[in-house]
Amino acid sequence: MIPAPDTQSHDAGTSPAATLTLRYFAWVREKVGHAEERVTLPADVATVADLMTWLGQRGETYASAFARPDVIRTAIDHNHVRPDAAIAGAREIAFFPPVTGG
Amino acid sequence: MAVRIEPQDFDIGAEIAALTGGRTDIGAVVTFTGTVRGSAGEMPITSMTLEHYPGMTEAELARVEAEANARWPLSATLIVHRIGELHPGDNIVLVITASAHRHAAFEAAEFLMDYLKSRAPFWKKETRPDGSASWIDARETDTEAMQRWKSAAFEKD
Repeated sequence: MIPAPDTQSHDAGTSPAATLTLRYFAWVREKVGHAEERVTLPADVATVADLMTWLGQRGETYASAFARPDVIRTAIDHNHVRPDAAIAGAREIAFFPPVTGG
Repeated sequence: MAVRIEPQDFDIGAEIAALTGGRTDIGAVVTFTGTVRGSAGEMPITSMTLEHYPGMTEAELARVEAEANARWPLSATLIVHRIGELHPGDNIVLVITASAHRHAAFEAAEFLMDYLKSRAPFWKKETRPDGSASWIDARETDTEAMQRWKSAAFEKD
């Protein structure tokens, strides 16, 4: 679903403009070239998959980082989500490789 | 229940003592310690750097710990995970589970490690003797180890 810009102010807790923080970790961070940024998204970026496609078009470093979205994992506000997850209302979205702790 | 993310080493004996001190309801304490291997396959490594996602790491480990406490009758749990630059032989992670009886403590410790490895946002980068470095790939076997614990509580993602 694509939220129309004029309906976003009705969502409790979200600001009218879809401005949020993006964070990158491990090799995603190294390829993008920075760890964190604030972005304002176009209204047609509705899902995590849409966002990765949009980011991949922002220049060479992003194209390299997001060349294979299937190997990138995503969290919205500190929760793991799948690529089809809606991003409406998100404050912070993070992209990273599959985790390797422990 | 407690979770700590920190660069410094941990003392397993001191952690057990802190967890069990003054308590008489505990009959079993299980600990797991993960340490840095000196090689990746055939290739020796000189150091391993651990990165994590501050905020989400704590949240994810707290969720996993709460799930363990919901599944088993645990008296106490502790997860300590180190970050930063580590060297072969160094401790990486400590899990302690305490219960009245051993089965709950054994199973919960294994559950916590399996979930930690497949869900907690940590990433390891290995540096080799020639100075080159690369991020470690996730292992399919770790995902499979986590799958066997699957329950309704975690199926939403």
